Amino acid sequence: MSILTSLQLLPLFGALVIGFLPASNAKLVKQVALAFSLLVTLVSIVMAISFDRNYSGMQFTEVRTWISAFNINYAVGIDGMALVLILMTTILVPVVFLAGWNESENGRWNVKVFYILLLILETMMIGVFSATDVFLFYVIFEAMLLPVYFLIGGYGSGERAAAAMKFLLYSLFGGLLMLAAVIGLYVISTNQGGATFDITRLSQLNIDSTTQNWLFLGFFIAFAIKAPLWPFHTWLPTAAKSATAGTSTLLLGVLDKVGTYGMIRFCMSFFPDATKTFTPAIITLAVISILYGAFLAIGQKDINSLIAFTSISHFGFITLGIFALTSQSLTGAIFYMVNHGFGTAALFLTAGWMIKRRGSSQIADFGGLQRVAPVLAWSFFIAGLSALALPGLSSFVSEFLVLLGAYAKYPVAAILGTLGIILAALYVLLAVQRAIHGETPASSAGITDLNLREKIAIAPVIAILVLLGFYPKPALEVINPTTQTIMTNAGVSDPTAKVVK
Amino acid sequence: MLSAPNLDYALLAPIMIILGAALIGVLIESFAKPAWRARLQLVVSLAAIVISFNQLVRVRNDGSSIAAVTSVSVDGTGMFLQGAILIFAFLGILVIADQDNFVSQASALPGSTEEAAAIQAGKQQTEVFPLTMFAVAGMMLFPVATDYITLFVALEVLSLPLYLMAGLSRRRRLLSQEAALKYFLLGAYSSAFFLFGAALLYGYSGTISLNGLTDAIRGNAGNDVFLLLGIIFLSVGLLFKVGAVPFHSWTPDVYQGAPTPITGFMAAATKAAAFGATLRIFYLGLDAAQTSWKPFIAVISVITMIVGSVAAISQRDMKRMLAYSSIAHAGFILTAIVSLNQNALSASLFYLFAYGVATIGAFAVITMVRDSAGEVSDVNRWVGLGKKSPLVASVFSLFLLSFAGIPLTSGFVGKFSIFSAAYESGNIALVVVGVLSSAIAVFFYLRVILMLFFTDATNDSISVVIPSILTRISISISAIFTIVLGIAPSLVFDIAQDFAYFLR
Repeated sequence: MSILTSLQLLPLFGALVIGFLPASNAKLVKQVALAFSLLVTLVSIVMAISFDRNYSGMQFTEVRTWISAFNINYAVGIDGMALVLILMTTILVPVVFLAGWNESENGRWNVKVFYILLLILETMMIGVFSATDVFLFYVIFEAMLLPVYFLIGGYGSGERAAAAMKFLLYSLFGGLLMLAAVIGLYVISTNQGGATFDITRLSQLNIDSTTQNWLFLGFFIAFAIKAPLWPFHTWLPTAAKSATAGTSTLLLGVLDKVGTYGMIRFCMSFFPDATKTFTPAIITLAVISILYGAFLAIGQKDINSLIAFTSISHFGFITLGIFALTSQSLTGAIFYMVNHGFGTAALFLTAGWMIKRRGSSQIADFGGLQRVAPVLAWSFFIAGLSALALPGLSSFVSEFLVLLGAYAKYPVAAILGTLGIILAALYVLLAVQRAIHGETPASSAGITDLNLREKIAIAPVIAILVLLGFYPKPALEVINPTTQTIMTNAGVSDPTAKVVK
Repeated sequence: MLSAPNLDYALLAPIMIILGAALIGVLIESFAKPAWRARLQLVVSLAAIVISFNQLVRVRNDGSSIAAVTSVSVDGTGMFLQGAILIFAFLGILVIADQDNFVSQASALPGSTEEAAAIQAGKQQTEVFPLTMFAVAGMMLFPVATDYITLFVALEVLSLPLYLMAGLSRRRRLLSQEAALKYFLLGAYSSAFFLFGAALLYGYSGTISLNGLTDAIRGNAGNDVFLLLGIIFLSVGLLFKVGAVPFHSWTPDVYQGAPTPITGFMAAATKAAAFGATLRIFYLGLDAAQTSWKPFIAVISVITMIVGSVAAISQRDMKRMLAYSSIAHAGFILTAIVSLNQNALSASLFYLFAYGVATIGAFAVITMVRDSAGEVSDVNRWVGLGKKSPLVASVFSLFLLSFAGIPLTSGFVGKFSIFSAAYESGNIALVVVGVLSSAIAVFFYLRVILMLFFTDATNDSISVVIPSILTRISISISAIFTIVLGIAPSLVFDIAQDFAYFLR
């Protein structure tokens, strides 16, 4: 059993252990869950240290027969892209546990169920990034919707049931389209001399262009719903509004990355020709997402909706980076995925604390937070600065790389994208100004500052944002070889080569 | 001079054991004391099923196309489905044994003094056991029969007891009797269609056997008009039994009216038997004429998938909703008939098994949700069940997720295998329609789960009765199958692959 499989099974084992704990002792349940999630973080760091950054293929691979009738394997392995995403996941889970220590207590079910669902979700999140068998990926891709569904519906607030349903229906619809495409790929591989679901072998198939286009769409729509890209985004704001801060963090920070991850891993490597065919259309959608998300974010009165719309804008950047098809923009996009994960976590968690303390999620209900709760206010401020990609924070590096790479091929899109940055400054600073600065209204005077537990939770997130902002090299070094492999597989080269000539 | 036909008793034994048990059941009804009957019947039925299954396992490698001269061909597909039907019968009987679902005296008019007297006397409905066993015997014969006469006899043997059983509900008896009558009348019509088709095909080929039909088609022997008409009429009879649109209208009424344990058993086992015969007739008998029927069945399959999924959305009754869902599932399996390849055959065997087990489990759960007047099948009154009985609600959700084809349940593997076979055969349009109607279907399954878990109960009058140990066993087995086959489908899929063959 490779370290990767152990890493995947560890949270599941934790969920099992929690299953046997008494439900009445909520504190014990939380402590055990936190201990397991920290152990997972530790194991993932050990794995990251032994990761060979010069090798561009899949590492820590393991293949076991699962369903022999269809040649389906339990096949896992990670490259640089998967590694950084898994690390992001394993770091965010304990942060979410710590940050939302009490958020599981007003749910429909008890605390035990909450942590069991979250730990199962962690297993699936690690699994979805490490699967190298398309069937395995698909199964996890679909199955991981259920824990989220129950987390939103069971522990959220407001219109939680409707939000959960909307989220699940959208995702399942996309998933079913993808199922048709997965079946198509499988049958094509059967006809070409060997039924397989192996990612590497599937990317070597010879598919005619019409079929490629259809299959590409099957995958892409599923991922675009997941990511979410305009116009498939409508489920996101409702889900983010209703879910708990921790669930939102994992939903937007990690789960939605599966969408952009899938675009790179599957769409680009399986259907290189179709990728080129659809690139202009997708770039257009990406630019619309950037601007649309940003414009709507400006108008939001609810903090969680604001964060959701900023995310739509950011996913536009990521998609732009992916489909600009340059190594710079692709590296930037992958790095962006990580930064957005941490950035969104910081935003949702600090916003969650603010909402909890104030009892309202309307921005207008806050004000002058700086005076009564300086640490909380500063944390929110830094999270906001990360969202507007301030130089010195990691999101700046990735956004810069994306725009630089995109400019080489699609200058108009890149320039319009830059507009998104300006709008970002507007929506972030407006919200910060309204919530943090100015007079402290009487209703906000009672807001207390972060306690030690909350400080410990937010510290690593902000530390990572700053550290990777000043010194992005370790992350970029891991991502770069993967980018090169993906570019070679997709058969695209950088346009800058022409300039050098 | 007539010579005695050569019968392969070892291969026919599984059917004959069940028939024997049915006859013993009749004797028990006549001679045993009323107080003992229920228990005796249960033991005899279950024992017969186990012995029959054991016999089936022993002869599993000795398939023969001349088990009873040329009338019965016990081959892989036939044996797999016989085994599946036996398992369904076992699970079904465990639920049927809960007497509370059945009328005390079926012959007493609803609301009459006789009925009151029968209830007063504590009479129990035990005829249902031999009836079930007769139906099971017919169901086991149907997928292995290879000539029209045997097919027809099997069809009637399986249908007649079911018509009766549909009318045995203890509560809402008028609805139940209406269902029985409807089922009977429409069933009689469809039998007539089947016979008419068989007669036309006989006219075409000059023989009653499916093999003879194939030879005749290959040899281009007869008048194609007869062939085409024969195929259409025969198909109508079969499509009625599997509940395909536009021959589906009986399904919701009968599923709703019949006693719930019967509905579960009927939905699972009849579907397996009817699809067994359908697969045999189309794969074996009509394979050579595929160009003439494929478009017809493809269209039926498409409208069945769509109508089943769309109509289920507006249902407010749990049993009716599952009825429409069963129609949609029939549409999915029909794609396997259009695919007409080896993988489709093994996929449909797996699908029938997985679907059947989950169906029995789901209906068994419905028998447990009651208020003071009996079972509650109104969807809206199930709200908040997840709070009251989390385990029951979770198990029911599991079955629904399996019907919806969510990964890690058996339903997903079934759907995947059947769609991949359809894609392989080039019927990509069927796959797309299948996937889209699955997406529609997901909606109403999820809506129920939403109601169970995320809506607070508005009234407290419904409750989950503590199920009898037998019902509990049945539901547990169904749930375990549903999960295990989702995680390790090879356990059954490999068997389905080995047994996916027909003998001529």
